[in-house]
Amino acid sequence: MEYQEIVEEAFATLSLNKLRTGLAMLGIIIGIGSVIALMALGQGSQKAVANQIQSLGANLLTISPASQRGGFVQGGAGSASTLTYADALAIENSSEIVNVERVSPEFSRRAQVTTGGKNTNTQIAGVTPNYSVVRKVEVSAGNFITDRDVSSQTKVAVLGPQVVSDLFGDNATPIGQSIRIQGQSFRVVGVTVSKGGSGFQNQDDVIYIPLTTAQKSLFGSTSLSSISVEAKSEDVMVAAQDEIGYLLLSRHKLSDPAQADFSIFSQNDILSTASSVTGTFTTLLSGIAAISLIVGGIGIMNIMLVTVTERTREIGLRKALGAKKAVIITQFLVEAIILTLVGGLVGMVLGIGASYIIAKIISLPFAISFISILLAVSVSGGIGIVFGFYPAKKASNLQPIEALRYE
Amino acid sequence: MIQVKNVSKIYETGEVETKALDNVSFNINDGEFVAIMGPSGSGKSTLMHILGALDTPTSGTYILDGKKLENLNDDELADIRNRKIGFIFQAFNLLPRTTALKNVMIPMMYAGVPKKERLKVAQKYLEMVGLSDRMLHTSNQLSGGQQQRVAIARALVLSPSIILADEPTGNIASTQAEEIMAIFQKLNKKGHTILMITHEPDIAEHAKRIIHLRDGKLVEDGNGHKQKIAAVKSKVI
Repeated sequence: MEYQEIVEEAFATLSLNKLRTGLAMLGIIIGIGSVIALMALGQGSQKAVANQIQSLGANLLTISPASQRGGFVQGGAGSASTLTYADALAIENSSEIVNVERVSPEFSRRAQVTTGGKNTNTQIAGVTPNYSVVRKVEVSAGNFITDRDVSSQTKVAVLGPQVVSDLFGDNATPIGQSIRIQGQSFRVVGVTVSKGGSGFQNQDDVIYIPLTTAQKSLFGSTSLSSISVEAKSEDVMVAAQDEIGYLLLSRHKLSDPAQADFSIFSQNDILSTASSVTGTFTTLLSGIAAISLIVGGIGIMNIMLVTVTERTREIGLRKALGAKKAVIITQFLVEAIILTLVGGLVGMVLGIGASYIIAKIISLPFAISFISILLAVSVSGGIGIVFGFYPAKKASNLQPIEALRYE
Repeated sequence: MIQVKNVSKIYETGEVETKALDNVSFNINDGEFVAIMGPSGSGKSTLMHILGALDTPTSGTYILDGKKLENLNDDELADIRNRKIGFIFQAFNLLPRTTALKNVMIPMMYAGVPKKERLKVAQKYLEMVGLSDRMLHTSNQLSGGQQQRVAIARALVLSPSIILADEPTGNIASTQAEEIMAIFQKLNKKGHTILMITHEPDIAEHAKRIIHLRDGKLVEDGNGHKQKIAAVKSKVI
């Protein structure tokens, strides 16, 4: 028999018993589809976590004042007031600093905000226009803080969407209205786009005002709570970190880096901390994927064992009519390959489709990795072929009459 | 030329040993027409399966055309089953849900006959057994007698020198049985060796030689005496 004919024969036999073929294929489809979908969801959630952290920018450096040393009391990190607007300007303008693109100094403090009858306690961030670029804050209405606002200490405010709904109600457009921060009146000039996030790092629950206004008019402080720096690229992060470190040490008249009254950390530092958390998550999801791979594999194994064992009589008959062992084995192998190939393809399409739909519904990024497809298809396909082939080989070794008598 | 020397077949089911064939020896020359008779359980079918190279004896030797079958490997045996022997099963053993035509073409497929020729030959043999109007019926759409005739056509397509038939007329009307016997007679005249199991003396009468089995032993090997057949007839009646 020629191979082409064996393939034709295999197709003919498969189409003969459509229910059996359909069931075998269903096992493979579910096995492969579920593994691909699960792994895609796992990768999607991982990507979501990484995205959220990196949405701030992979080339972002944050400089914070160190904890205050001296005396018997040691304050928490950021409690010292060692960073000044002059430091920020120096980083921006120094000739020794070549790897820095933008600098965004910030002074933040919580304060009571009122308007009409409502009031809320929220984060007041004194910023410069660079903030919107460096921290990727966009306005949905109005405009952000401008250079003129900073230089002339105007009392304008840009509200986060959470603050808008707290003070004015959902979907309100408060542009032009006034709010009172610690009793002082501010005119609302913009509303930012929602960035999501929750807990103490809610980026929507914040009011931006000009840095100079915050320092001088509102809180009477000369220090900064942090300086955000955008490096020229991700590759020069370490160089930028070093340049800033040396500049600040010399400006603060410190010779020993161990005594630095500030600390510089990158998004990567945060990412590596977060990745230890997502690592656990990944292990969990791979565990689930492994289990579904095993369950899918056992399903495929069962259905293949049953369908081939059921055909022991047919194998006996074919041998009785003169089929050589190799021909029978090839026929069953080809059938198993067709089953797993077609089932695998359908399973792959369904798995990818399902994960796409689920990702859309629960708004996760849609991530499919080639590895997961390769793993699902090779493991399930391998099981399908082995367990479609093995009983056929066993049956082809029987005396024809024994196989014919098989019940 | 079939030579059977001291062939025994023992089935072991747990502790119990069943001797299906007990030291059976006989020769069948090319071109003979032999009927094998005996009560049920006498080992007729077992003998037939061994002669058809579908089963192997526990002891003894089966020599087919000078070749000891015990020395042949699986594929050589498959070739013998394919080309030398046409086997008609008592239970027909057609592929289910497959057309009569396809069933008849299977041995030719394994023999490597070109596709076009397969179709022609299969049609010819199905016409011969009177199924020209049933060729595209699947086996489960055919009656017992029709299935039997498909099985016969399938056994004949490669025109094997030996035809082994296990109760070839067991499931069909007597007029059809006569037709099948006529086919066998015709094939026998052309030089095919024919062995058939039957329990009907009428059918056995067509054979030139009758082998009787009882409890796995060969009890009588008559060379086609009409008297003996008559005697058997009277016993049965």
